[in-house]
Amino acid sequence: MSFVYEKLFGDKKGMIGFCLLAILILVVFPLMLDSFRLNLVGKYLTYAFAAVSLVLLWGYGGTLSLGQGIFFGIGGYAMAMFLKLEASSPENTAIQSTPGIPDFMDWNQITELPFFWMPFHSFTFTLIAILVVPTFFAYIIGAAMFKRRVGGVYFAIITQVISVILTVLIVGQQGLTGGINGITDLRTLNGWDITSDSAKNLFYFINCFLLLAVIIASRFVLTSKFGRLLLAMRDKEDRVRFSGYDVANFKIFVFCFAALISAVGGAMFTLQVGFMSPSFVGIVPSIEMVIFAAVGGRMSLIGAVYGTLLINFGKTAFSESFPELWLFLMGGLFIAVVMFFPNGLAGLWEDYGHHITKHFRFLNRFYDKLVPASSKEVNASNSVDSAELEGSKS
Amino acid sequence: MNMSTNTDFTLAIEDLTVSFDGFKAVDSLNFYLDRNELHVVIGPNGAGKTTVLDLICGKTKSTSGSIKFLNKELTNLSEHEIVRAGVGRKFQTPSIYENLSVMENLEVSYPRGRGVFGSLLFKHDAEVHSKIIEVAQQIMLESFLDTEAGLLSHGQKQWLEIGMLLIQDPQLLMLDEPVAGMSVKEREQTAELLNKISKGRSVLVIEHDMEFVARIAHKVTVLHQGKILAAGEMEEVQKDPKVIEVYLGH
Repeated sequence: MSFVYEKLFGDKKGMIGFCLLAILILVVFPLMLDSFRLNLVGKYLTYAFAAVSLVLLWGYGGTLSLGQGIFFGIGGYAMAMFLKLEASSPENTAIQSTPGIPDFMDWNQITELPFFWMPFHSFTFTLIAILVVPTFFAYIIGAAMFKRRVGGVYFAIITQVISVILTVLIVGQQGLTGGINGITDLRTLNGWDITSDSAKNLFYFINCFLLLAVIIASRFVLTSKFGRLLLAMRDKEDRVRFSGYDVANFKIFVFCFAALISAVGGAMFTLQVGFMSPSFVGIVPSIEMVIFAAVGGRMSLIGAVYGTLLINFGKTAFSESFPELWLFLMGGLFIAVVMFFPNGLAGLWEDYGHHITKHFRFLNRFYDKLVPASSKEVNASNSVDSAELEGSKS
Repeated sequence: MNMSTNTDFTLAIEDLTVSFDGFKAVDSLNFYLDRNELHVVIGPNGAGKTTVLDLICGKTKSTSGSIKFLNKELTNLSEHEIVRAGVGRKFQTPSIYENLSVMENLEVSYPRGRGVFGSLLFKHDAEVHSKIIEVAQQIMLESFLDTEAGLLSHGQKQWLEIGMLLIQDPQLLMLDEPVAGMSVKEREQTAELLNKISKGRSVLVIEHDMEFVARIAHKVTVLHQGKILAAGEMEEVQKDPKVIEVYLGH
């Protein structure tokens, strides 16, 4: 029990941090915020998927991707394509010259649904596509680069270029993709009105549970030997290679996993916000995602979520009153974090968090119940079962 | 000498050449290493010593020639395949994971769970644990298991890297200047360690410190300008006038 528990939540601080986050997004926000604001927070939390993915890829893996928008976008577009097809039933689009195809296609003199849109009539296919397409795309990019030992700045630049290419492609192929406006006017999911408040509330909670599940899955990866290998590679890649590991495969895996996580965020974005456009694919959103992770703390899965929330609350608050100043402020904040708090919010929590956590006695008691005192000491040094360690000591 | 047949040697290097833009760093080298042999390669700077290790472990690709390890051709294998075949290599500057503890450094080097999914499901069980303790005792770091590796002394870092290789139980261990930067006492302990670990495997060492070489070497090879200048027992080699001229006389 304690072994599994350690794997998924980390140490006591990690567990308390996770519970606090869960309480905040599952209880506090829904109670405090009206439906509109809650939906807004839901939108922010979809970006948090990308920020969490960057903690794995950049924080632990040491590989900065400036193209997480690519995967966020693919996930979002896949979901949007399904919803758009449902919204474009022949009855709804009877006034078009070609009924039954999305409106933007009709405006662009396209008379037949393109072949790659066809399978998106199926919801099952769409869900699979959201998971498989970005992962596969990441595999191709990752294999092409990591097998050739391209990394560091070059990797960052290439991912950024790919996100630009994808944006240009989407904008340029207006008839196939909806162009600069994106895919809009999404209404129902299998006949269920997704624009209603109740649907949006439900999506909010689904989104929260998925995000928490992603954090737990990521923690599992990081606490395994794989996680330690990521740190080892970041430090001394050659030593790992000359210890018998095929380094490229590990980087490809973490890149694919990060892509998958980002894509889930993108799909949830489309569901909650009701549209998808190229402005969530390109350079600016991709870099914003990096800033979310940096401000939250690039070594902290939970910190990344807070970083995302903080920056987006700030963005909403400031850009209402000083729209021009916001970008400068965000840039300044990024520089300040990198220079003065390289571990971000999570670093501050690490240094001062115990002043706060000591007040949460009920969580302490819960933790003590879950993890017996004898195994805590062992788990602190390494995750060996206590009996085995005692056996080898005697 | 028959070039194509298999040998009893652990390592058989034949006619190995590598040229960088026409400069031959290693020039038609022939070199053999027996089982259980501790062999030291010495030579002036730029003689090609480190390049030879780079060629064996796959870091540098040879221009021509053959490297056979237990009769297995290494020149067309990738780095991790060479390691998995049983060749361990220590780098000149201690190459350890500074952010991980000594325990984690050894655990990461343990030869199980080397694939992506294997490493995700790797379990630190009793077998792994007892092997880590055993190696930690050998390299005199058993009381530092929970210490962050970056906090170790320079000499201890060198030992840790040797330990990270030992835990993989390689048939051939290659050490590039293992006592560089060590105190006198640490040198003595290292010599003892090397004598211990050379039992049951072949060890190839590059070293400058003559006193240390005399203490550990079974055989010595002097490399000069990518070629073998002399080889044999330390005493013979030290008396060789060619060797004195290019190297020891300085």
